[in-house]
Amino acid sequence: MTDSIKLTIYRRDPDLDTKPKYQTYEIESQPGLTVLMALYHLLENMDKTIAFRASCRSAVCGSCGMHINGQNRLACETQLAPLGNEILIEPLPHLPVLKDLVVDMTSFWNKYEKVRPYLIAMKNPPEKERLQSPEQRKRIDEFIDCILCACCHSTCTLDAWSNDYLGPAALAKAYRFVADSRDEGGVERLKIVASEEGVFRCHTIFNCTEECPKKISPTFAIQEMKKKVLVAKFSGKM
Amino acid sequence: MKHQVIVVGGGLAGLRAAVESAMLGADTAVLSLLYPVRSHSGAAQGGVNAALANMPECKDDSPAKHAYDTVKGSDFLADQDCAEILTSDAPKRIYELEHWGVPFSRTPEGRIAQRPFGGAGYPRTCYAADKTGLYILHTLNEQAVKHGIKVYNEWAALSLASDGALNHGLVALNLQTGEIASFGADAVIIATGGAGRIFKRTSNAMQSTGYTLGMAYRAGVPLKDMEFVQFHPTTIIGTNILMTEGARGEGGYLVNNQGERFMSKYAPKAMELAPRDIVSRSIQIEINEGRGFPDGGGCMHLDLRHLGREKILERLPGIRDLAISFLGIDCIEKPVPIQPGQHFIMGGIDTDKDGATILPGLFAAGECAAVSVHGANRLGGNSLLECVVMGQRAGAAAGNFVKGKSSAIKDAVLNDAVKKTSAEVDALLKSDGKERLVTLRDEMAQTMTDKIGIFREEKPMREALATIRELSARFRNIGVDAKNRKFNLDLLRTIELGGMLDAAETIAAGALARKESRGAHSRLDFKTRDDVNWMKHTLAHFTADGARLEYESVVQTKWQPEERKY
Repeated sequence: MTDSIKLTIYRRDPDLDTKPKYQTYEIESQPGLTVLMALYHLLENMDKTIAFRASCRSAVCGSCGMHINGQNRLACETQLAPLGNEILIEPLPHLPVLKDLVVDMTSFWNKYEKVRPYLIAMKNPPEKERLQSPEQRKRIDEFIDCILCACCHSTCTLDAWSNDYLGPAALAKAYRFVADSRDEGGVERLKIVASEEGVFRCHTIFNCTEECPKKISPTFAIQEMKKKVLVAKFSGKM
Repeated sequence: MKHQVIVVGGGLAGLRAAVESAMLGADTAVLSLLYPVRSHSGAAQGGVNAALANMPECKDDSPAKHAYDTVKGSDFLADQDCAEILTSDAPKRIYELEHWGVPFSRTPEGRIAQRPFGGAGYPRTCYAADKTGLYILHTLNEQAVKHGIKVYNEWAALSLASDGALNHGLVALNLQTGEIASFGADAVIIATGGAGRIFKRTSNAMQSTGYTLGMAYRAGVPLKDMEFVQFHPTTIIGTNILMTEGARGEGGYLVNNQGERFMSKYAPKAMELAPRDIVSRSIQIEINEGRGFPDGGGCMHLDLRHLGREKILERLPGIRDLAISFLGIDCIEKPVPIQPGQHFIMGGIDTDKDGATILPGLFAAGECAAVSVHGANRLGGNSLLECVVMGQRAGAAAGNFVKGKSSAIKDAVLNDAVKKTSAEVDALLKSDGKERLVTLRDEMAQTMTDKIGIFREEKPMREALATIRELSARFRNIGVDAKNRKFNLDLLRTIELGGMLDAAETIAAGALARKESRGAHSRLDFKTRDDVNWMKHTLAHFTADGARLEYESVVQTKWQPEERKY
């Protein structure tokens, strides 16, 4: 059973084009065909100039975040069939386009680096592992699954308007450490997330939570950190 | 751009090497085709081996027992001194990862949890659900950020700048701009991972092409033991996405179309947890003899239903999601159709136990290197371990190599290299050659899967070698259709194909020459292991007329070869 599908793709090289072109290609759909494999099909057989990012093709590397029929998704795990016969593929919104579906991730990585995204340990570690109970470990279960695909970052309206707002991805990363029983970053990291560009700018619109391909809720992480910041302030620690 | 140490590749081995070299005070940079967290180390699922003896069932485990299992698993081709280093360094490398924040799953006492894996005498595989590689990769990226390591993101290494006596750096292509530039470095560490895309059916990422093997090979460094290619028993039919060995470690069954747990015929004691070479062969025999399911050109069922929802959600949530996304099958309710797929290359750039190659200033670590710790067959859980152990050792060796020395980088060598490589890329863009990437690449991958696969014999291998050589000749007449410089995937993939063909040739040549069956190299015309003539490593040297093979003896310390029974 095959079906003809129209893929319309955002094309632009900012060095050459002032405006994007939308180019439509017609392909035969097959059961199991994903958006990413359709892009490879175009690249190999129909238009060798298309640019997109991809690697693992199994939803773990985070390369292929795109705006597909109006929603941020990973192209590799998005099946073509349920999307209908006309599919629009655009780069992640609100990020500068380098070429076609490839966006400039500089602001994303800069924000990530700002939250001190690593375990902060003050004391010398023990000879063996630090102990952590399964219950303590479970608290970070959701947040260690982030693959930094930027789907949340690019759907957040606040992030889109502000170069400075740390945004859902960086804040969820911060929470991954704040909630880790082994981390001693405490007040120091809370100060970063409590800054003018931190958690208190989140308007709880939930876009990030709705569009996360890994079903992580940065909104939850942000609200938890607001509570921690308030507790720290009321108890005089900050 | 100049640095004391440049690591090519931002996966587990590369990042671990870079962190070590930076901690030793060397000016260290990483140059990577992908943002480091996009590396395929992140797709590793089941875990990483170390004899921590954390579980009640493994109180008597030790690095020596881990070394023995590794050597036996390697079918006695691993260098035993290197296997001992791998396993004795293992506990400190794992504790260090924990100290850096890797969120390992925990025992009730709060220790790092361990699960059984193939070919291991004890539950020795430290795990974090079934996303161990992802979590270690992100943790090492976090350490690289902490140490302020400069990363050149989305640069493709193209060639090494060597004068034959010393390596002075490399030449690379900036994907984002199309610029080609030289990078001076007193030490270069290649850590570019696997080469799965040389094969049609592979669990590896689209970017696991192994083209950089060709880069080292053409700079005069031999490729070692390339004929030993691991086929993982359980990849999803069609896409060949990995279903972790941890699924069997947690108690999953392999079942044929008769409803039998057929591994009882091939490995009555270890059953589904025999080493990967044995399980893949058993599956292939079942399929060949008509006991497979027809889907995906022949498959078996990986049945996890008896493990129950709770255990699957706790221990194997990642593969459950993958089977749902890519097959529409929930393993809580239905078995998953699986088939063997290329997964790992035991061979690679020939290095010593510190990652040094025969070219001074050039090091390699991780899957792209062959120390050799895996010999003819790698045990599950030993690849992440190799990355962190050998990454650390190569980083230390490179850091010490440059320490306290004034730079010996010769600008003339760098300039010549960048001129030569730029001219080659320009020529490729201007070429009116009639051959095209897709045709050559598909034929290479199909040939390798069909003729240098799980079972091998003289005639098909001879044909495969001839085909690869013919494809290499046709490659000289290749043209690219996309002429732009920026993010030109057609150009990048064409360049990669050149290196992949080099590596494919060494695999085919090595396999054809080796007249025995050992580990993953299984010949229908030479069915047994031949320790008298073949307990030796293959070294493939580049020549203009194809690979020249030499052999090197295996280092034995404690263990005499024995028959592998599981």
